[in-house]
Amino acid sequence: MSAAPAVALPDARWRPAEVAFWLAAVAAIFLFPGHLVLGSQVLITGLFAVSLDLILGYAGIVSLGHAAMFGAGAYTAGLLAKHGWGEPVSGLVAAAAVGAVIAWATSFIAVRGGDLTRLMVTLGIGLLLYEAANRAAWVTGGVDGLSDMAVRDLLGVFPFDLTGRTAYVYSLAVLFAVFLVCRRIVRSPFGLSLRGIRDGARRMPAIGSPLRRRLITVYTVAGAIAGVAGALLAQTTQFVGLEVLGFSRSADLLIMLVLGGAGWLYGGLIGAALFMVAQSQLSSVNPVYWQFWLGLLLVFMVFAARGGVVGAAAGLRERFLRRVAR
Amino acid sequence: MFSSLPGVLFDGVAYGSLLFLMSIGLSVTMGLMRFINLAHGAFAMLGGYVCVVGMARLGVPFLLMLPLAFLATAAAGAVLERVLYRRLYRRSALDQVLFSLGLTLMSVAGATYVWGSGQQPVHLPGFLLGQVRVLGVDLGVYRLFLVVLVGVITAALVVLVRRTRFGARVRASVDDAQASAGLGINVTRVFSVTFTLGSGLAGLGGALAIDVLGLDPTFPLKYLVYFLLVVVVGGAGSIAGTLAASLLLGVFDVSGKYYVPAVGAFVIYGLMVVLLLLFPGGLRRGAR
Amino acid sequence: MSAVLRTEGLSRSWGALQAVRQVSFSLQAGARHALIGPNGAGKTTLVNLLTGTVPPQAGDVFLDGERITDLPQHRRVKRGMTRTFQITTLFPGLTVLESVVLAICERKGLGASWWRPVARHAGEIDEARRIVRDLHLEPEVDVATRSLPYGKQRLLEIALALATRPRVLLLDEPAAGIPVGESAEVFGVLAALPREVTILFIEHDMNLVFRFAERITVLVEGSILVEGTPQEIAADRRVREVYLGEGGHG
Repeated sequence: MSAAPAVALPDARWRPAEVAFWLAAVAAIFLFPGHLVLGSQVLITGLFAVSLDLILGYAGIVSLGHAAMFGAGAYTAGLLAKHGWGEPVSGLVAAAAVGAVIAWATSFIAVRGGDLTRLMVTLGIGLLLYEAANRAAWVTGGVDGLSDMAVRDLLGVFPFDLTGRTAYVYSLAVLFAVFLVCRRIVRSPFGLSLRGIRDGARRMPAIGSPLRRRLITVYTVAGAIAGVAGALLAQTTQFVGLEVLGFSRSADLLIMLVLGGAGWLYGGLIGAALFMVAQSQLSSVNPVYWQFWLGLLLVFMVFAARGGVVGAAAGLRERFLRRVAR
Repeated sequence: MFSSLPGVLFDGVAYGSLLFLMSIGLSVTMGLMRFINLAHGAFAMLGGYVCVVGMARLGVPFLLMLPLAFLATAAAGAVLERVLYRRLYRRSALDQVLFSLGLTLMSVAGATYVWGSGQQPVHLPGFLLGQVRVLGVDLGVYRLFLVVLVGVITAALVVLVRRTRFGARVRASVDDAQASAGLGINVTRVFSVTFTLGSGLAGLGGALAIDVLGLDPTFPLKYLVYFLLVVVVGGAGSIAGTLAASLLLGVFDVSGKYYVPAVGAFVIYGLMVVLLLLFPGGLRRGAR
Repeated sequence: MSAVLRTEGLSRSWGALQAVRQVSFSLQAGARHALIGPNGAGKTTLVNLLTGTVPPQAGDVFLDGERITDLPQHRRVKRGMTRTFQITTLFPGLTVLESVVLAICERKGLGASWWRPVARHAGEIDEARRIVRDLHLEPEVDVATRSLPYGKQRLLEIALALATRPRVLLLDEPAAGIPVGESAEVFGVLAALPREVTILFIEHDMNLVFRFAERITVLVEGSILVEGTPQEIAADRRVREVYLGEGGHG
């Protein structure tokens, strides 16, 4: 009857494009051996972006303070490594726990209220943590940052060296593992309910869905993942600067996710890759130019994309991930 | 310690007055058009730079530059509203955030390109410098000037909103834009004029703030959270609420930095989270 | 027959406007009960109060004799009371099947299930397909809600409500905006519902009301004017003055 495309229910089958994506990520180890440091940064930021996608692309919470959990995770791993506990994987777990706790504690206000209140609350919490870290310089190193971290060999075998190879493989493995979980989450009934909340928050209670509880859950999970990403950053660069908690990091993350397209998980990864590669090329040439053109791109995207930026990505998402029914 | 309290309070009130001037435009924009404009700080910055350029390049005295900064920024606001903002009133919050963020980045980059990343100095006229003794307390002349000027402007705004036809149209549109349009109010014009006025006031505030807050290209981002805080806590669209929130914030920020400098800005963000918890709808709407 | 849904002195005002005044109303089990009244009479507000979308300022709501006034909306749905919306309130990005499956999963407490993909929940999918078929939405089963024509969206409104297996179904103008021929289809579906489901519906189309309702309550300016069988209501002079007398609405 209508010309609208038919879309099948979410399933867990791997599309060829997805497989190709991950193979390419592995191949990069051999194809770009000199750029693995940048590569790990891309992967780590990609993981961070995936965690934002869960709350923004799937649940519809616009957050300008996601760096709060990221930075908290970074400082957790950093402090552990600095004060004797240099084992990386357990550092990740600790960071995840800290990220989850902060997200959980703040979720009660973050999920209440309309878009503006949520924006303010997330922004405020990010700034609060930034200031706290700034003031507690005796713990965090303040503006100078946290260094002298003794991160032990990964699995007791692989040292983190200057080539960045261990860091890259480590980041890729963690990213892939977490991504698998997220992939399952978004294709499950829980993921469906998140999309329901994003699309029709008014209807959700009317079908018996405990909306607040779902949002708190996804916000906490996203916080844990952001914490893991922060810990990865700390462990692979052996340094934690105040900017991990900064507004800039939250804002850049939002831009990255939107560039790649929110609401289909891969958007965060692709956006992070595009943004960071472009930034590393252009920002070193002239940071003012980078900032200006980025701003212009954002303005352009908002006007040019039909149905807004997320809407434009929706079409892409359908074609990339979902098999057409019948 | 408490002997300095009146002075600190006064400083807080002065700072709060400045905040009010810069935030009232944002408050009305959010209350009226329901538009999240993160670029509002850029208008304040523009006013500041116009003032600096006017004084340094054209030799215009400070007091005369103030209305000129107001007009220049108002004009910029009018143009941007007509060309860009107007098309986005119905868009999602995310789109509005991205747009205004983009605009902010462009303005910060533009300002850095034109004027460099350093602080801009301002040379206040001699009669605005120094201190004056009022009721046994030493008050800065410039800050006194700020408080008086903002007081006058606030009174004018209240008269505008309460006593004029235009003000009635604004109030009706804040309450219910659709119904107002149905009553024949040219809502588009109301939006346009209020945005222009709000931007102009922000620009004026920016010019006045150079001496108090400083001026550099990162101004829009640095003070964004303060403006948003004032609007959210005071309740978007409310003059009284915005004024109350600005003064409250100003006093707490200055007192915090003075009495507990180790904690500093921390106080403000903590205060904001607490206030949002207690008054999710803003001070105007009362406790939930 | 007992009252499955009952209110006592329910009141709600918006500022100076008293939308619902002291309404004491009861709905019998198995009823086919219509709520009519002129525009602005407070019908939708009453439904909002019954379902918990809006809290009352006075009065109580009882479901199966239990006081549910303080119960949040999603819990009332779990107890068996579901509503549809006058202004279509659906999930634009979800397909018809996804929307119904979501409602079924929520009903069964599977909303927190996060590992198994939706496509592998065979039982829930089968049930969803049955509901979709019963509501004549089968051709559009995999189409996104935002691409559906309005009439189909109204059917989806009802499908979502039915997916929650309600015992009490509150329909707010189910056929609103649907052309006359198709609205019969909607009411045909409702007529086919078993007696275990109690139905209260708001409707402006008098033909549908008189064809389908076994009992009618007339609400005017927030208060119940009169209540009775369709014949009684049709014959009531006050009703004709207030409502039907307005040139007859069809």
